[in-house]
Amino acid sequence: MQPILEMHGITKTFPGVKALTDVNLTVMPAEIHAVVGENGAGKSTLMKVLSGVYPSGSYDGIIKFEGKDRHFKTIGDSEDIGIIIIHQELALVPLLSIAENIFLGHETARNGVINWFEAFSKTRDLLKKVGLSEHPNTLITNIGTGKQQLVEIAKALNKKVKLLILDEPTSSLNETDSNALLDLLKGFKSQGISSILITHKLNEVMKVADRITVIRDGKTIDTMDVHSGEVNEDRIIKAMVGRELTDRYPPRRAKVQDTIFEVKNWNVFHPLHADRQIIKDVNIHVKKGEVVGIAGLMGAGRTELAMSIFGRAYGQRISGEVLLHGRPVDVSTIPKAMDAGLAYATEDHKTYGLVLIDHIKHNVTLANLDGVSGRGVIDDMHELTVANKYRNDLRIRSAGVYQATVNLSGGNQQKVVLSKWLFSGPEVLILDEPTRGIDVGAKYEIYGIINKLAEEGKAVIVISSEMPELLGISDRIYVLNEGRVVGEMPAKEASQEKIMRAIMKSWEQ
Amino acid sequence: MTDATVTSASPNIMRFVRANIRDYALLISLLAIMVFFQFTTGGILFTPLNMTNIILQNSYIVIMALGMLLIIVAGHIDLSVGFLSGFVGAIAGVMMVTWKFDTFTSVAVCLAFGTLIGMLQGYFVAFFRIPAFIVTLAGMLIFRGLMIAMLSGRNLGPFPESFQALSNGYVPDFLAFMAPQGFNLFAMVVGAVVTGLILWSNWRSRQLEQAHGMAEEPIELFYIRNALIAAAFLGFSWIMASHRGLPNVLITMFALVALFMFITTRTTFGRRVYAMGGNEKAAKLSGIRTERVTVMIFGIMGALAALAGLVYAARLNSAQPKAGQGLELDVIAACFIGGAAVTGGVGKVTGVVIGAFIMGVMNNGMGIMGVGIDWQQVIKGAVLMLAVFLDVYYKNKAV
Repeated sequence: MQPILEMHGITKTFPGVKALTDVNLTVMPAEIHAVVGENGAGKSTLMKVLSGVYPSGSYDGIIKFEGKDRHFKTIGDSEDIGIIIIHQELALVPLLSIAENIFLGHETARNGVINWFEAFSKTRDLLKKVGLSEHPNTLITNIGTGKQQLVEIAKALNKKVKLLILDEPTSSLNETDSNALLDLLKGFKSQGISSILITHKLNEVMKVADRITVIRDGKTIDTMDVHSGEVNEDRIIKAMVGRELTDRYPPRRAKVQDTIFEVKNWNVFHPLHADRQIIKDVNIHVKKGEVVGIAGLMGAGRTELAMSIFGRAYGQRISGEVLLHGRPVDVSTIPKAMDAGLAYATEDHKTYGLVLIDHIKHNVTLANLDGVSGRGVIDDMHELTVANKYRNDLRIRSAGVYQATVNLSGGNQQKVVLSKWLFSGPEVLILDEPTRGIDVGAKYEIYGIINKLAEEGKAVIVISSEMPELLGISDRIYVLNEGRVVGEMPAKEASQEKIMRAIMKSWEQ
Repeated sequence: MTDATVTSASPNIMRFVRANIRDYALLISLLAIMVFFQFTTGGILFTPLNMTNIILQNSYIVIMALGMLLIIVAGHIDLSVGFLSGFVGAIAGVMMVTWKFDTFTSVAVCLAFGTLIGMLQGYFVAFFRIPAFIVTLAGMLIFRGLMIAMLSGRNLGPFPESFQALSNGYVPDFLAFMAPQGFNLFAMVVGAVVTGLILWSNWRSRQLEQAHGMAEEPIELFYIRNALIAAAFLGFSWIMASHRGLPNVLITMFALVALFMFITTRTTFGRRVYAMGGNEKAAKLSGIRTERVTVMIFGIMGALAALAGLVYAARLNSAQPKAGQGLELDVIAACFIGGAAVTGGVGKVTGVVIGAFIMGVMNNGMGIMGVGIDWQQVIKGAVLMLAVFLDVYYKNKAV
């Protein structure tokens, strides 16, 4: 059988950096092909070469699609022949409807006048194909991320897609939505549509992929056939990181001591809809040196809980008590919460965590400028020393502390966010999805940092959607569902099944 | 990507120049424009009298541009500054001319009033999240109306001499007894001392940088740059000394520029403004009271607009109902020519000052050449467009 896509000897150089060296990728018709690799390995660059973001001529190598040499000058060129890429950051207009978004730029129009009836009926057909039952008139902003993802795919189907490229499609989806999406890819496969799936989640790869190409440091390391039966997660990881990862979670040595942080009878209402209660009578506590995990599905209220505690950054009509060392503390504004010893690293570090146009040094000291200044005047050299210390301690891979954070990989950006909060000297750290979208190697390093914090006697709360991760790094786990604590268990006795059962049971009541 | 193997000096210099091309390009543009007008005006531009005039004509633009830089860096805009300055000028007129208040009280009241008005606008922006564009557009209309109402459409003057000195006064030559005829020795001495201080502080910070192993600028460039700074300052002092010495307003302006350089680069307040403009949500979650910072920068802007209004009124020796018209556009243009970004988070005091003088020298040069006000507008608009275009173009290329 002739491959639908062949990329041969792709080499792409940026000033001073060789991003891709002699990379090969072959995709067969009706195949789900996973491309895996650490952050910065070159997966995204490869896809940008393929889709024409980097125009033909700016790289070396050959691209053949359906047997013919292709030279894409723009994304439009690749879309025209059926190569559609869906990015991690969705390209939908929030305040337009589903139908408007699907036909954006390809309106069902005659002489510039749109035929809405045709657009709606076509949209309905497309939505049916992706298993969405929303009305075509619904605004994008009113549907969840999972459904938005499906709208993107429906948009791709409208363009007569032959090869669908998905960049981290499930990174912000919960398990149910992820599974639905993966099933959809299988459905497309049976209709003859090929997919390239870029992801960090190896269990998903094992579930749906036919073949896997591993990229490391801009080079093709291996292409494995999943159906050969010789492929498992460990082998993939080994190929990705170039070494055996004997343990995916570092050993823990922290000694759990007395309770230092308590939240009592915490109630929070929705910031816009004052009668919608988001957090209901939550009681949690954390001990010195303890890592506490908070598990739950998307929308369970985990981030809302954390943000409402951290200076009421979320919600209204907040009631309840926060105690530190047994004494009530005022956490009514962010500066007060920080003074009390709290720190909160957000789940979306690009939007909420970093000043991307600024460099590492300025980002590290942002939450504790007083720590590097006297009477409002910054001591530049002291600040430099601090930034360099964290860059070394947390091994932030960069050209120096004057590198803009926008140019760092996801894992290193996350380390900058952590540095910022470590420098603010907190007693209690709340880490919201600290490893989302980062690769195995960087994850391991982040886990190491969390352990070190616990060893130093800090109380750490970790919110994560990846249950194995929670089980691997926590001492104790709270299960949150619909704003309530529906389960609490020591990590040793916990399992994914137990957590899911706690959630299911809360629904039955 | 640190390249430690660079041994020969020249690629090192080229790399540094390329990395800082924006700063150099701006300065070179100003010099080129000055040289151009020096020729087209038949050598009038650099005469002591005209140089003094350029300072006097542009002082209020520079003063307001400093505040506008903070506002733009924070991601906002202030359209009201032109008429706010005119309105404050009218208040000064009524206070001093009609009500016969003394200069000191009047100036103090005017500055306090400007600050309060600025803070009030900032309050609406910060706490009610009304876009600054709207708030200050409303302010612009209100202040204009109030100014005209206050002056009943007529000019109000003359001001007491002590107030006129704000713009038209010169620092007396304390060293006149030993100076040659027609030469203000004190101005020259001050110029030399300031030059010395700048060179000394540059040298000190370079040594500090070296001690921490972060001196990036090649030493040759450091010498060239400082030699040029010294030449420019000493030459400028010489020109000033050859006329009537240092105008009072030059001292004010220079002090403010130095203060704002300090604020933007060395203080926690400055850092917070940049962080807020770069990513407001992240700044907020890092414990920065963004509302308070917003109110403060608008307050500072109001104070500077008031000061500019006073300088303007003192220069014309009357409060006029057309005062301040269109000034906000020159001020905003100076910021954007000087490299501030509309999206916030980016901008330097040096850039804005150079931007203001690019506008000022063009106004002055074209005026001397006899270019009509109509074509002056066209040319200034084209220069603004070109400056921002080049900025965006090279930024896109660099990525």
